[in-house]
Amino acid sequence: MAPPVKRQTRKGKHPMSEQKIIEIEVLRYKPESDQAPHSEVYKVPFTDDMSVLQGVQYIKDNFDGSLTFRWSCRMAICGSCGMMINGIPKLSCESFLRDYYPNRITIEALANFPIEKDLVVDLSGFIEKLEAIQPYIIPKEPRTLEQGEYIQTPEQFSQYIQFTSCINCTLCYAACPQVGLNPDFIGPAAMALLHRYNMDSRDGGQAQRMELVASEEGVYNCSAVGYCSEVCPKHVDPGNAVNVNKINAAKDYFLRFLSPKGGAQ
Amino acid sequence: MEIYKADVVIVGGGGAGLRAAIAVAESDPSLKIALVSKVYPMRSHTVAAEGGAAGVKRPDDSFDYHFHDTVGGGDWLCEQDVVEYFVKQAPVELTQLEHWGCPWSRTADGHVNVRPFGGMKIQRTWFAADKSGFHILHTLFQTSIKYPSIKRFDEYFVVDLLEDEGRCQGVVAIEMATGEFTMIEGKSVILATGGAGRVFRESTLGGIVTGDGMALAFRHGVALRDMEFVQYHPTCMPITGLLFTEACRGEGGYLVNKDGYRYLQDYGLGPLQDKPKNKYMELGPRDRLSQAFWYEQQKGRTIEHPVMGSVVHLDLRHLGEAYLRERLPLIYEMAETFMGIDPAKEPIPVRAGVHYTMGGVRVAGNCESSLPGLFAIGECASVGIHGANRLGSNSLTELLVFGKVAGDEAVKKAQSLPPGNSATLLKQAQAAEQRVLALKTKTGGTERVATIRKEMVKSMEDGCGIFRVAETMQANCDKLAELRERFKNINLDDKTSVWNTDWLSAIELDYQLDVAQAMAHSAINRTESRGAHQRLDGPDGAYKVRDDVNFLKHSDAFYVPGSAPRITYGDVKITKSPPEVRVYGAAGEKADQERKASHV
Repeated sequence: MAPPVKRQTRKGKHPMSEQKIIEIEVLRYKPESDQAPHSEVYKVPFTDDMSVLQGVQYIKDNFDGSLTFRWSCRMAICGSCGMMINGIPKLSCESFLRDYYPNRITIEALANFPIEKDLVVDLSGFIEKLEAIQPYIIPKEPRTLEQGEYIQTPEQFSQYIQFTSCINCTLCYAACPQVGLNPDFIGPAAMALLHRYNMDSRDGGQAQRMELVASEEGVYNCSAVGYCSEVCPKHVDPGNAVNVNKINAAKDYFLRFLSPKGGAQ
Repeated sequence: MEIYKADVVIVGGGGAGLRAAIAVAESDPSLKIALVSKVYPMRSHTVAAEGGAAGVKRPDDSFDYHFHDTVGGGDWLCEQDVVEYFVKQAPVELTQLEHWGCPWSRTADGHVNVRPFGGMKIQRTWFAADKSGFHILHTLFQTSIKYPSIKRFDEYFVVDLLEDEGRCQGVVAIEMATGEFTMIEGKSVILATGGAGRVFRESTLGGIVTGDGMALAFRHGVALRDMEFVQYHPTCMPITGLLFTEACRGEGGYLVNKDGYRYLQDYGLGPLQDKPKNKYMELGPRDRLSQAFWYEQQKGRTIEHPVMGSVVHLDLRHLGEAYLRERLPLIYEMAETFMGIDPAKEPIPVRAGVHYTMGGVRVAGNCESSLPGLFAIGECASVGIHGANRLGSNSLTELLVFGKVAGDEAVKKAQSLPPGNSATLLKQAQAAEQRVLALKTKTGGTERVATIRKEMVKSMEDGCGIFRVAETMQANCDKLAELRERFKNINLDDKTSVWNTDWLSAIELDYQLDVAQAMAHSAINRTESRGAHQRLDGPDGAYKVRDDVNFLKHSDAFYVPGSAPRITYGDVKITKSPPEVRVYGAAGEKADQERKASHV
């Protein structure tokens, strides 16, 4: 059972200049020379404004240029820099060293993914799941550009907008016990994205997507632990999307008996 | 070496690259598209754009207004025929994106809403809360999955272009996960690699924004145009440079100095307005606002912080928590998470930081460069719509409008040309492979990537700042030449093949040094002040003002191996807006009225 997420306190207001030293223990793995991953510890000088990502960058720039990790935007929107920080999946750019000091901090590659090198994991399986759910508008009523925009009332907008916020950081996959057990499980983020399109008033593709929802890789894998929603940095609540779709899939199953045309409309 | 034969190769999977890929796929599904990106497409820096995308929407707006705002905002260094096309296509493309599912923010009656933005006469910025770039990028990425002819090369790093028979015919790339090389042939190659702002220290930009496409084209003899024009965004987070969107001001935020005074009224942007008024005060253009910040600093009216340096305050308190959470949710979270500030209760300390490269690979209105078959779009390109200063929310629209143009043009080319000579191309690709591998395997060097990069970004900040003088610009040119030499003596810690980011950073640094030199030399050669290029020197301060006699010209920087770039000048296309005095606030409104009267 995964540990509960502890929200880091937001202290350290207005960064102070005082420099301290924090120990960062990083799980290293070089596939060309290492039999298995091993830990290395670095002593990193830091100030209160520094993120965990900046700590890792400090190591690369000053101690060992071979340390490997993904990062880009530094502002929790590109979704690149997820890591296990003290065993919890987090975006390293919005986690702060000050919140762990004076204790040692441990950093590992995201759980439930194969490690390619150091903190870089193989995301190809996740990308295939995203592609599989038909994550695009399948128009309910096609419209030409000359006809202008679709009208979407605040009520219709509110049905799906929350599920558009996913940044594909895959923290929820690292958190999900079922992904660990069955790597084929379509998983929280992809299911949330599927739900996003199903709930969009412009879309008419729900029936097409339902097959995957109810399949062996689909929603019934979920054991409703809810850890995915806890670790989500964007409050997408993928656990909710998965469980709404369990109900939809069950409804769909029964509708197939009742209606000659089949299930979900 | 792996070989893949495509018809169209697109380098970069951000907004522009994805839009181009979709255009090709829709226009001719039989063409094979290779979409090559050093990150998964949804990591591209389009993701970080916040405020929105400009396109005429309201009945009281017009293409003509958008045109004049853009050309005036660019201090008359825009290609006006290209701007005319751009403003007309803008609403078409933004509507297209709506059809693809982009969650644009709406009005109560369900229509797409628009917000005010700096330098724009009428509200015309389409927005998706304050995550417009994120939503545009994800919408395009997800839509692109629909098209089987788009083959993605995710996490492939392009190291060279292939050129034969006088045209561009493909690229050479490293598969990052293995370190293996792949040659990707194509009859059209579209560069969509984004800007180069990471050559500066304090910037809003992600680590990937290293000018790769600019350097690739530059080394193949294509001009980098108008590189001296680098946009400083007036409201960035101190130290990190993270962006607080212009929409903060569009929604009614104030900028105040240490006395709580809305200082913009002292810089030709007044008089003071209570509510946001287009082209007044906080809704002035970015270059003017960043310059005003600099003046406040000189006058000692900024707030001095021991760590953050000189800052002013972005005050959003009067907008209230509920409104801020609805319109600016990302900004709210960033202030809380990164600064420990509740923006509904406290003002946010901000300063100006590097944000955008107005210049880039010189292309014509059809997005093709001087090397046939090589196209460029988005921030890496200079198609001519931004001139000397880009208006906020024009660049997201640019990705769409010119992504579509380049896609369509690339199709025409790919349909009309025979396949290239694969044997010749392979020889070139192998030569590139050897050259790039040598950087990794060589031993005995003493320089670190991080050291040279650190010195470069500091030098660029000093030499190509908001205000410039010959002395520091020359020092910057000299420093960059020194770093170019020292780069030869680089040594990597990592000599392995799999995921060698030490090696990739070194290749990026090599690109950055070329682009930085183009910027530095274009800057020192322009002896006038225009848009984002402001000088404080010259005989009797002669360079402090715009000089249309000598410098109503684009600069073109050309690569000279082993030396500083050669700078030449080219004409600016004027169609219907001859240069005027560039004024905002009440003076701007008066000038507008006079122009209108003279047309009657």
